[in-house]
Amino acid sequence: MSLMQEMGAKALKLNIPLSVQLDVTYRCNERCVHCYLDHNDYGEMTTAEIKDLLDQLAAAGVFFLVFSGGEVFLRRDFFELLEHARSLLFSVKVKTNAIMIGEKEADRLAELGLHGVQVSVYSHRPEVHDRITKVPGSLERTLAGARLLRERGVNVIFANVLMGPNAADYPAVRSLALEIGAEYTVDPTITPMMDGQRGVLEWNIRHAELQKVMRDPALVGSVEDFCAPPSGPLSEQDAYETLPCSAGHTACYVSPYGDVYPCVQFPLPTGNVRKQKFIDIWRYSPQFQEVRSISMADLQGCSKCVHSGSCSRCPGLAYMEGNMRGPSIQDCEKSFARTGIPSENLLKKHPELVQITNFNPASLQPT
Amino acid sequence: MKNAYIARSTDIASRMFAGETMIMSPRDSTLFNLNETASAIWEAADGRTSLEQIIEQHVCAAFDVTPEEAMKDAESLVQELAEHGILKVSEEPIS
Repeated sequence: MSLMQEMGAKALKLNIPLSVQLDVTYRCNERCVHCYLDHNDYGEMTTAEIKDLLDQLAAAGVFFLVFSGGEVFLRRDFFELLEHARSLLFSVKVKTNAIMIGEKEADRLAELGLHGVQVSVYSHRPEVHDRITKVPGSLERTLAGARLLRERGVNVIFANVLMGPNAADYPAVRSLALEIGAEYTVDPTITPMMDGQRGVLEWNIRHAELQKVMRDPALVGSVEDFCAPPSGPLSEQDAYETLPCSAGHTACYVSPYGDVYPCVQFPLPTGNVRKQKFIDIWRYSPQFQEVRSISMADLQGCSKCVHSGSCSRCPGLAYMEGNMRGPSIQDCEKSFARTGIPSENLLKKHPELVQITNFNPASLQPT
Repeated sequence: MKNAYIARSTDIASRMFAGETMIMSPRDSTLFNLNETASAIWEAADGRTSLEQIIEQHVCAAFDVTPEEAMKDAESLVQELAEHGILKVSEEPIS
């Protein structure tokens, strides 16, 4: 077990929120076509409120802190918040489009000892990236900001969300990242709007494109291992002992308005830090306790699925599909693209897949 | 090394729970987990107290260990943390 895994296991045992994402604003200077946020400001937490929250998070044992948005640099107090967070010795990551990072900002970020700055890059082609962000010139400014950070030794991570219009561009985006010494991550998941609207899902990449991504050794390592056929359902004991995800167990999310959720992709309201102490919400909210009570064995349609041992099922996406104990069809689709074998949940939604794949998932059920 | 002064780097990320301390080096993201004894040294590493005083006041006074054993372990700990840039070591007090 790695030290990181040991940390996670210890945090789980002690009920410590090891990782928190804090969105400091939903306002943004881009209008990305796939974004799940409402960018209006309905009363963000003040500087004093966020500093007090950071004090509470440190006292609760939070180690990994992610500042995100919206665009974090639209808050005039963002550096003050960052400095306060670093004085509390969090491991801090910042998610940004880097448009507002000039030399002065890059200097200050380099001085703060951040764990990393994650920059959204959609394509190496301005006409594609800028069409997604709806801001002309945004790719050029984003890359300029990222370069300034790298020149100062800041760890930069390119986050490449894949959609229909940019699905073919990821190898070039990865090359761009390597060229400036940045890390690269790819994400083929489009998230429904936080209010549940699912119109943005039309931007999801197609099955064939997803298959190509999942068979690229540059991204997944051993394709043979990554795309191996499912080994069948978890044993009953493993199903009872396996937790669906860290959301609500060792991780959570706080919105700019102080609302606390298990994860940014799991908008189950659990409380608000303007009304309660963070630690009371984390420990005693009935919603958090319900999330924590769910093991793989409780997942309807998933616990006996052939993919249950390797599926990336997101409980938040399942929640947004209507049932946090149910399947996340988006993840069923990923398991299908990865292995070529559809889950029963996917077959219920797309019965035509039986003919296409000539596969009967029941053949992998225990006898 | 017993007369050395040690101070925690301000670049690191760190959190203590259940008596142990997790530290992440900013240079290479290496994680360290300090046990209770090492955590006591870490917490006392203010740059103004010598390692010998730290051993006497924060280790031997709280744990069942001889000053010689504690110093030997402490020197090894200080050296490793200093190599990763998460602890500063000096023959003079560190401000």
